[in-house]
Amino acid sequence: MSLSPYVPIVGLFALAAAFALFSVAAAPLTGPRRYNRAKLDAYECGIEPTPQAAGGGKFPVKFYLTAMLFIVFDIEIIFLYPWAVSFNALGLFGFVEMVLFIGTVFVAYAYVWRRGGLDWD
Amino acid sequence: MDNIQYSAAVEYAAASGTLSSIWLLFAIPLASAAVLFLLGRRADKWGHLLGVASVVATFVLGLVYFFQLKGLSGNRSAEVDLFSFMPVGSLKVDFGLLLDPLSAVFVLLITGVGSLIHIYAVGYMAHDPGRRRFFAFFNLFIAAMLLLVLGNNYVMLYFGWEGVGLASYLLISFFFDKPSAATAGKKAFLMNRVGDAGFAIAMFLMFAQLGSVNYDDVFNGVNQLTQGTVLVMGLLLLLGACGKSGQFPLQAWLPDAMEGPTPVSALIHAATMVTAGVYLIARSNAVFSANATLQTVVVSIGALTLLIGCVIGCAKDDIKRVLAYSTVSQIGYMFLGVGLGGAAYALAIIHLLAHGFFKAGMFLGAGSVMHGMQDQVDIRRFGGLWKYMKITWITFGLGYVAIIGLPPLSGFFTKDPIILAAFNRPGWTGWLFGGAALLGAGLTAFYMTRLFVLTFHGPKRWTDGQHPHESPAVMTVPLVLLAVGSVASGFLMSTSVVDWLTPVLGKHAEEHGRLGHWTVTGMTMAVVALGLAAGVLLFRKGTALEEQPAGPVVTAARNNLYADTFNELVFELPGRYLTRALVFLDNRGIDGVVNGLAAMVGGGSGRLRRAQTGYVRSYALSMLGGALLVVAALMAVTLG
Amino acid sequence: MTFKLPAIDYLALAPMLVLFGAACAGVLVDALVPREWRYHVQVPLSLVALLASGGFVVALANRKEHVVTAGSAVVIDGPGLFLQGSIVVLGIVALFLVAERRLEPGGAFVAQAAVVAGSEADRKQMRKPGVTEVYPMMLFALAGMMLFCSANDLLTMFVALEVFSLPLYLLCALARRRRLLSQEAAVKYFLLGAFASAFFLYGVAMIYGYAGKVDFRGINEAVLGSSNSKTLLLIGLAMLAIGLLFKVAAVPFHVWTPDVYQGAPTPITAFMAACTKVAAFGGLLRVLYVAFERSSWDFRPTLGVIAAATMIVGAVLAVTQTDIKRLLAYSSVANAGYLLTGTLSMNRDGLKYTMFYLVAYGFTVLAAFAIVMLVRDSDGEATHLARWAGLGRRSPVFASLFTFLMLAFAGIPLTSGFTAKFGVFAAAVGGNMTWLVIIGVLSSMILAFPYLRVVVLMWLSVPGDDTPTVSVPGAFTAAALFVGVAMTLVLGVAPNQALELVNDAGAFLR
Repeated sequence: MSLSPYVPIVGLFALAAAFALFSVAAAPLTGPRRYNRAKLDAYECGIEPTPQAAGGGKFPVKFYLTAMLFIVFDIEIIFLYPWAVSFNALGLFGFVEMVLFIGTVFVAYAYVWRRGGLDWD
Repeated sequence: MDNIQYSAAVEYAAASGTLSSIWLLFAIPLASAAVLFLLGRRADKWGHLLGVASVVATFVLGLVYFFQLKGLSGNRSAEVDLFSFMPVGSLKVDFGLLLDPLSAVFVLLITGVGSLIHIYAVGYMAHDPGRRRFFAFFNLFIAAMLLLVLGNNYVMLYFGWEGVGLASYLLISFFFDKPSAATAGKKAFLMNRVGDAGFAIAMFLMFAQLGSVNYDDVFNGVNQLTQGTVLVMGLLLLLGACGKSGQFPLQAWLPDAMEGPTPVSALIHAATMVTAGVYLIARSNAVFSANATLQTVVVSIGALTLLIGCVIGCAKDDIKRVLAYSTVSQIGYMFLGVGLGGAAYALAIIHLLAHGFFKAGMFLGAGSVMHGMQDQVDIRRFGGLWKYMKITWITFGLGYVAIIGLPPLSGFFTKDPIILAAFNRPGWTGWLFGGAALLGAGLTAFYMTRLFVLTFHGPKRWTDGQHPHESPAVMTVPLVLLAVGSVASGFLMSTSVVDWLTPVLGKHAEEHGRLGHWTVTGMTMAVVALGLAAGVLLFRKGTALEEQPAGPVVTAARNNLYADTFNELVFELPGRYLTRALVFLDNRGIDGVVNGLAAMVGGGSGRLRRAQTGYVRSYALSMLGGALLVVAALMAVTLG
Repeated sequence: MTFKLPAIDYLALAPMLVLFGAACAGVLVDALVPREWRYHVQVPLSLVALLASGGFVVALANRKEHVVTAGSAVVIDGPGLFLQGSIVVLGIVALFLVAERRLEPGGAFVAQAAVVAGSEADRKQMRKPGVTEVYPMMLFALAGMMLFCSANDLLTMFVALEVFSLPLYLLCALARRRRLLSQEAAVKYFLLGAFASAFFLYGVAMIYGYAGKVDFRGINEAVLGSSNSKTLLLIGLAMLAIGLLFKVAAVPFHVWTPDVYQGAPTPITAFMAACTKVAAFGGLLRVLYVAFERSSWDFRPTLGVIAAATMIVGAVLAVTQTDIKRLLAYSSVANAGYLLTGTLSMNRDGLKYTMFYLVAYGFTVLAAFAIVMLVRDSDGEATHLARWAGLGRRSPVFASLFTFLMLAFAGIPLTSGFTAKFGVFAAAVGGNMTWLVIIGVLSSMILAFPYLRVVVLMWLSVPGDDTPTVSVPGAFTAAALFVGVAMTLVLGVAPNQALELVNDAGAFLR
C-alpha cells in the first residue's frame, strides 16, 4: 500500500496541532491579565450561574430525552436529503424504502408521544 | 522380554436369537430404579422388594445368556448395535453392546453377588427411612456397571464408568449426614476425576490416531501405531484404571469410601466397581500387550500397591478399613496379573472373580458384626464373638481362609499362579515382583489373622452395654451363599475359565519358567504359615485398647503411608494456588494496577483505596490489556 | 446518475422481516393499547411472530436453495438457517420465562425503569405490573441475532451486532427487585459492550484497508491475493475477534459476564446465556470459516491460547462462587471455551458440533435458569448457594431436575452435555488441536466439581429455617422447564436426529 496520498494529510494534522498549541501557549504570554468574577464564570446563556445543578449534579432525564429525540429526527432529515436529490434515479423502490423508513421513525414517534415523552411535566 | 503381538484379528459376530435382547440386562435394573425414583414415597412399602427382584431377574437372565453363549461354536461373542449414538461425519459411535466370554463372567459376578448383597441390604437397611432411595441408587449402580462391561466400544465403557462413579459418589455421601461421609464422597469424586480425565483423553487419542473408539477397530489398529503413541495411550488408560480401582497413586479414596453403608462397601468398593480398572486393562489387552514398557509400569503399580495395602492393613484398627486396604492390596495382585500379560490375564480375572465372592462375604460379615455390636467398628473392642454369632463367624472364617490362600479354598488356586507368573517374568524384575507378591502373601496372612482373631476370638473387650447377637436370616443366608462361593470358586475356575476366556485374552502356551509350580507353592505356603502363626501368637490374648506409641514404620502405616499428604502436595496445593491466583487476577489484580496507576498519577496515597471488585474501569482496562496481548500474539505468531 | 437497485429475495429474509415487523407492531401496541391490556396483546403477538419466523426458517430449509440477497449483504445458507432456527426455538423458550407472571405479581420486570431506585415512587410501583416493552425489545434482539448469523459482510454484521446488543443493555436494567444491581449491570454491560463494538468497528476499518472489501468472499480472496501489508490484516482480524470474543465471553473479555448475569432479571440472563451465545458463535464461525479460513494458521495459535485460558479460568473460578447466578456465569465462560475449541478445529466436524453444542447448551441453561427463578423467598429469588442447602428435602422434584441439569453441565454421559462436549473435542482432535482437547478435558473435570457441590448441598444438607421454598411454576415456566429438560435428555440419549439436522445444514456458502 502506497502511503504517499496520506503524507499531505499528516502534514495538515501536524500544522493544525502546532497552531492549536501555539495559540494556547501564546495567549497567556501576550495578553494582559486582569481577572474579575464575571470573567471566571462559566457561560450559561446569561442566567445566573449555579454552582451545581439541583439534585446533586443530576439533570432531569427529560433533557436527555429531548436531545435524543432531536438527534433521531435530525438524522432522518440528513437521510432524506440525498434521497430527495436522487429521487428520480431511485424510482419506486427508493420511494417505498423511504416510506418504510419514515414509518419506523413514526412508530417510535407515536410511542414517545403516547407514553408522555413529549410532556415536560 | 516377551512382546506378545496381538495377531488374531478381532471380529465380533452379530447376535442372533435370544442374544439380540441382551440390552434387557441393564434395562431391567434401570427401569426398576426409574420406578423407585418416580413413584417416590408411594413405593416406600414395597420398593426394596422391587429392587431385589429386578437384580435377581437380571441374574437369571444373565445365566440364560451365558448358556446361550456357551452353546455358540467358534468365536463366542454376540454384538448388538442398538442404535447409532453419534452417527454423523467422521465420528461414528454406536450404542452397541457386546456379550463375549469376558463380559459374560462379569455379568454373572455383578448380578450374582449383586443379588445376594441386595437381599442382605433388605435386612441391613430395614430401619433406614431412606431405604427406597437406597435401592433406587443401588439398582442404578447395577445398571451402570452392566453397561460398563457390556459396551462394545470405549464410549459405552465410559458411560458405565461415569455412571458407577456417580452412583458410588452418591451412595457414599447420601446416606450419612456426618461430615466425614461428605468429605469421603468428595475425595472419591476428585480422585476418580483425575483418573477419568486420563481415560477421556485416551479416548480422544484413539479417535485421533485410529478414527474409532470401537474395540475391534482399536485392537486391530494398535499394531499400526508407533510405540510412543501406544505407551501414551496405555498410560492414560492406566491412569483411569488406577483412579477407579484405588491403585497407587490414587489409592487414598477407597478406604475413606467405607463411610458409606456396608452393603455399598461390599458391592461397589469390594466386589464390582473397583475391579473396573482391571476389566479396562484386560479388555484393552491388545493395547497393553503391544508395549513392554507399559506392561512394566502396570506390574510395578500392581506390586507397589499390593505392598502398600498390606502394610497399611497391618496398622489399622477399623474393621472396614482393614478390609478396604486388603481390597486395595488384592486389586494390586490383579494389576500385577494383567500387567504380566500373556496367560496371566486370565489369572487376574479369575482372582477378581474369587475376590468378588470372599471379599463381599467378609464385608457383609463385618456388617453383620457391626449390626450385632451397635455399629462398633474398632477391632480392639471386639473379641470372643464366635460364641454369639456362629454363622457370621464360620462364613467370615471361610472368607478369611480363602483370602490368605490356604488350600483348598479359592484364594489358593487364584493367588498362587499370579505369584508364580511374577517369578517367571524374565530378567531380574521377575525376582523383584515375585518377591513383592510373596511378601504380600505373608503380610496378608498376618493382618487378616490379626483381624479375625481380634474380632472373633480371645477375651471380650467390648464397651459397656453390648449384647451381640446373630443377624436375621435375610442377612445370614447371603453370607452362607457367598461363603459357598469362596470355597467353590477356586476349583471351578482354575481349569475351565481359562479356556472360556481364551477368545478374548488370547491363547498362550504353558510357559515353563525358572521356578516350578510346586516350588512356588511351597514358598508361598511357608510364608503364609509364618504370617498366620505370628498373627495368632501376637493377638490370641487380645490387644491394647488404645493406640500405642510406635516406631516410624507403624506410624507411617497408621497415617496411610502419608498418601493424603502426598495428594495434598501433588493435587490440592497446585489447584488451590491456581484458584487463588486466578481469583486475584480476576478481582483484584487488574484493579490494583488501576489504583496503583491512579495513585502514581494523582500523587496521593489516599487514592490507593482497598482493592475492590466490580469497577467498570478495571474491567475495561483488563479488556484493553487482553486486546493488546491478542494483537501482539497474532503478530508474533505470523511475523515473528 | 444511475443506481443499480439491489435484488431482494423477500422470502429468504422473511424470518427476520417478520420479527422486525412484529417488534414495530409491539412498539405501537405499547403506545396505543391501554396498560392493562398490553401484556395480553404482547405475549401472543411475540409468540405468533416467533412461530411464523420459525415456520419461514423451516420452509427455507426445505427449499434447499442457498442465496445471497439484498445486494450481497445477507446470505441464507444451511448453517445460517440452522442457527436462525436455533435462535427462534431458544427464543420461544426464553419468551416463556420472560412472560411468566405467576411467580411474582406483575412478573420479573419493573413497572417504570426510570424511577430512582429506593425512592418512595419506587416502593409504590412494586405492586404494579411490569413493563411490556420487554417483548418488542426481545423481538428486536432476536431479529438482530438472526441477521448477525446471516450477514455476508462486516458492515451488515456490525449493524446486526448493535441491533441485538442495544435491547439487551436495556433489558438488563429492568429487574423488579434489586434495582441498583440491575442498573449497575446494565451500565457495565453497555459501557464494555460499546468498548467492544469500537474494537469491532476498528477491525472492520483495518480489514477494509487491507482487502478493499468488507464482504466475506472478497476478504477471503484478498487474503491470498492482496499485496497490502499483512500487518493490516492481522490487526484487523485481532480487533474483529476481540469484538466477537467479548460477546461470547471469552477470557480476558469475560469480565462483564458474572456481574451482568447476576444483576440482570433472571429470564433475561437465561435469554442472553442461550440466544446471545448462539448468535455470537454463529457470527464468529462465519467470520473465521468464510472470510479468514485461509489465515487459520495465523489465528489458531492465539485463539487456541484464548480458548484454553477461557476453559481454565471459567472452570476454576466457578469453584469459588457462592451465588448460583454467578456460578452459571462462570460456567458460561467455560462453555465458551469448549465452543471455541470446536470452532478452532476449522473443519466440517468443528462447524457441526459447535452448532450442536450451542443448541444443547442453550436448552440446558434455559432450564437451569427456570429453576433459579422458582427458588424464592419473600425477597424474591434466593440465589445465594447457602440458601439452597437442603432444597432436596423440601422439593425433591425440582431438586432432582436441577440435579439432572447439573449433571448435564458436568458432561456426565447420557445427557446432552456429554454428547456436545464429546463432539467438539472429537472435532478438535480431528483438526489437530489435541493439546486444546487435553486442556478441555481437564477443565471439564474441574468444572464438574462446583456442579456436584450444588447437588450435594441440595440433597445432603439439612434444610435450615431460611431455606427458600420452590414456588409452583406457572404454565409458562413449566413449559420452558419441560422443554429444556426434555431436550437435555433427548440430545444426550438419542442425539442422532439433531446431528442429522446439523449435518444436512452443510457448510457455509461463500
